Parts: sequence; C-alpha cells; structure tokens
Amino acid sequence: MAKHKGRGFACINYPIGMNLGGDPSQALVHSTPDGKFMVSLSSIDLGQGMKSVTRQIAAETLGVPVSDVFVDTADSDTGPHCMGSFASRGTHRVGNAVIRAATEARAQLLEAAADELEVNAADLDVDGRGNIHVKGAPSRSITVADTAIAAQFRQGRTVSGRGIFLIPPSEANPETGEMTPVSCFAHGAIVVDLEVDEETGEIAVLELNSAYEVGRALNPKLVEQQLVGGAWMGISHALYETTEPYYPSREHGPVDFNSYLMPGPGDLAPHNIAIIERPAEDAPFGGKGPGEMCANPVIPAVANAVYDAVGVRCDELPITPEKILRGIRANGGARPRGARH
Amino acid sequence: MSKSPVSFELNGSETSLFVEGGQNLLDALRRGVGDLTPKFGCNQGTCGACTVLIDGQPFLSCLVLAVNAEGRSIETAAGLSDGPSLHPLQQAFIDGFAAQCGYCTPGMLLAAKTLLDRNPNPAREEIAEAISGNLCRCTGYAPIIDAILSAAEIVRRSNRP
Repeated sequence: MAKHKGRGFACINYPIGMNLGGDPSQALVHSTPDGKFMVSLSSIDLGQGMKSVTRQIAAETLGVPVSDVFVDTADSDTGPHCMGSFASRGTHRVGNAVIRAATEARAQLLEAAADELEVNAADLDVDGRGNIHVKGAPSRSITVADTAIAAQFRQGRTVSGRGIFLIPPSEANPETGEMTPVSCFAHGAIVVDLEVDEETGEIAVLELNSAYEVGRALNPKLVEQQLVGGAWMGISHALYETTEPYYPSREHGPVDFNSYLMPGPGDLAPHNIAIIERPAEDAPFGGKGPGEMCANPVIPAVANAVYDAVGVRCDELPITPEKILRGIRANGGARPRGARH
Repeated sequence: MSKSPVSFELNGSETSLFVEGGQNLLDALRRGVGDLTPKFGCNQGTCGACTVLIDGQPFLSCLVLAVNAEGRSIETAAGLSDGPSLHPLQQAFIDGFAAQCGYCTPGMLLAAKTLLDRNPNPAREEIAEAISGNLCRCTGYAPIIDAILSAAEIVRRSNRP
C-alpha cells in the first residue's frame, strides 16, 4: 500500500461586491473638538480588518495622522446606511464612501483654517502630521486641533463630510441579455501539493503556493494574513467541515466543536504567497478586497490534486477518506497521475 | 441557591466575591469580577477561549467551579502586561498580526505563556501542540505560531544575564 502525491491547480476571477438592484454604502466623517476625526460606518468588521483599512483611507484623504482617526462601526440604528460586510465589498465600496466623506471634511477643515490664517483655502495644504500650512510657506501654519477648536467654538462651523459610493443597478438588456453585474474583479491562482494514503484514504496537504492580485495591498500585513487564514479555511472546507452528517444519518452529524471536524495547528502546510499589485481604477487608492477569494480556489485545487494523486474525482465536499476509498474501489485501484489499469 | 464566599489571587491582587455553587470560574471572572479577557466560547471545554492559568497551569475556566478557585493564584490575559509595557507575547502578536477577530487571542496568549514559562526555546511542533486546545477560525494558526516563536526569542534574550 502506498501514499501517492498529487498536485492540483485552480484559479479565480473574483467579483468585488454585488449588484442586485444597486450596491451602496455610506460613510460620515466629523471632527471632534480636539481635532481628531470620527468615521461612522454601519459596515461590520468581523476581524477582516475593515476598521484598520478605512482608518488608513480616511487619514490619507484628510491628510492627518492615522492615530488621529477613529472608526466606529456596526450600529445600523445610528450609523449611515451600508449594504453590509459580504461579497468582499468592504474595502472597495466602503473605502470609496470614506474617501468622499473625508474629502468633504478636508475641504471644510481647510476653509476653517483659511479663516484663521486669513488666506484662501485653495492655498492651504496639510502635512499629514497634524498641521495645516500655506503652500510654499510652512511657517504660516495652524494645527488641525486649533483649527477644529476655532471652527467649533469661534466660527460656529462643522468640520464634517458625507460620502456615498453606489454601484448602480444594471438591468439586463432585453435584446442581448447583456449587463454589467460587476465593476471590479480580483484574481488569484493556487497550486496545492498533497499526499493521499490509498489504504486509509487520508489526505495530508503538503504545501500551498499561491498568487493573488488584490489591486493595491492597502495594508500588506492584513492582506497576507487574510490570505493565509482564508486558505486554511478553504482546506478545512475541502477536507473536513460540513454540517451534514458524515455517516450514516443526520443524528450522527456534528453538534459542537467536539464533533465538528477542523484542522488544528498541527495540520498546517507551508503556504507561499505572492501578492501582485495592480491598482484598480475605481477602487480606493487602487485596493480591492482579498476577502472570500482567499478560500474559494483552494477547494477545487485540492479536488484536482486528489484526482492527480489517486484518480478519484470527488464532486461533493468535504473530500473525506471514505469518499476517496469508495472512489478507489470503484476504479479498481488507485490511479496515480491518471494511470489506467 | 445559596452563595459562598471565595477568595483567590487574581493577577497578583487579592480578590474575594460571592459565587453560586454551580457557577463556573469563567462566569465568576466575567460577571463577578468584571475581567472580560477570558472569553465565553463554547462553555463545554472544547474551544480554549476561556483559558486561564491557575497556579501557573492552563485551565479551561468554563470547566472549573468557581468555589474550587479558593486560595489559588489565577492569571488572565488582563495580567500579562506590566502597566503600559506589554508582555513579549502580546507585542509579538501585534507585530506579527497574529489576531484577526481577536476572540481566541487571550486564550492563545495564556497557552503560549505556559509553554514559554516551561520551555523558552520551543520548536514549531511544540508550539502547535501547546496551542492545539485553542481554536482559531481566522488566522489559520500560522501567524500565531510565528508570533510565539519570535516572542520566545525575546524572552530568551531578556532572560540572559
């Protein structure tokens, strides 16, 4: 009895966001009296890093330090409308809305500073460190904090901005069926190397090699981490996880973490990732979302690698040892690399 | 149900509270003391999110009766940092982006601390073994293992005379 190595490939063109009757998200930005900025969103950060990325986007657009920006999310009673955190749309849709809101707030900030410095707002610039100065004359300056205080306590003016980003609904052309469901695609490709034990049907994933095109990686560490974690989830879906019963009836299905199979920290395979940056035109600073596509292509790549290893084509998930053994038996034996008996 | 007094040391401070007979330590820490760093995950001892150290050993606080904490020394993730200066594990988790949603992080930190207290020079496989009782659904574990490896290096350097 032998273990057979197999290699599988898969690639993905992943649509960012969706378009079923329009896909809007809104953002509100306002300054506090001490010159910090609050970004209000209804989008939810489930740990994917949207709060970090929208914070960076707001700081970059406002021209203030990241540490002076705060993001408040996920109260749909008090926040501006958002379609939600799904379809890998957060960075793209919400990020664009934040740019618009922050742009309006920045204009008001410069208007307030212009009043204090007695210059034209068009002649002002921010230094990204909390100061506003006259272009070409850095000594003629005022801090963002002093500007916020002046705006709110002397000038009676808000420093705030509203932003919405909408992918409008796209109806299908009744003649041709043509439509534009998606404005922005991210891309990925993955190679999975694994080993199948033809006696037990068990699979050991040996190595992952992947390349992902994510527009611009706005926060490279977060992107990398999401790709690593997402691929792990993909493997988990391909080989272990299901809420359906394993065998033989539903009552034997998993009901808790004891019986719900997942790979643990000892089942990890090395994962080498190449992040390819090709900034997207309609994306905030070019960044799309790695999002769901970090898990999706792993599944077909694993299925292909299993086929390569033992010649069994599984079209139901998860690919359990039982399915592999039944497949090997139906084929009259393992067929490594497409070998025929 | 009648309540019993229980006293223990929590992160170096003497702590006393009344607990119910069937109340687990996790609930006593979260609701009784207000230390929210032990997380409520499965409440049946399978996820590791509620891990605390009792006399230096990791325990699932959801499976420990609060009354049994009498006289013990308990450490939670809230006690890891020394004022503003973070424990090397905490710093390594931040630097290595070893958390996404962060729910498993307090338990991971304490599982890792137990390992490093015992063995400041662990191999990758030993780290995987040490955190195998702690579920993480976001990171795929690799960044957590990397962070613990780099924290171990910092701990070793600071232990050097």
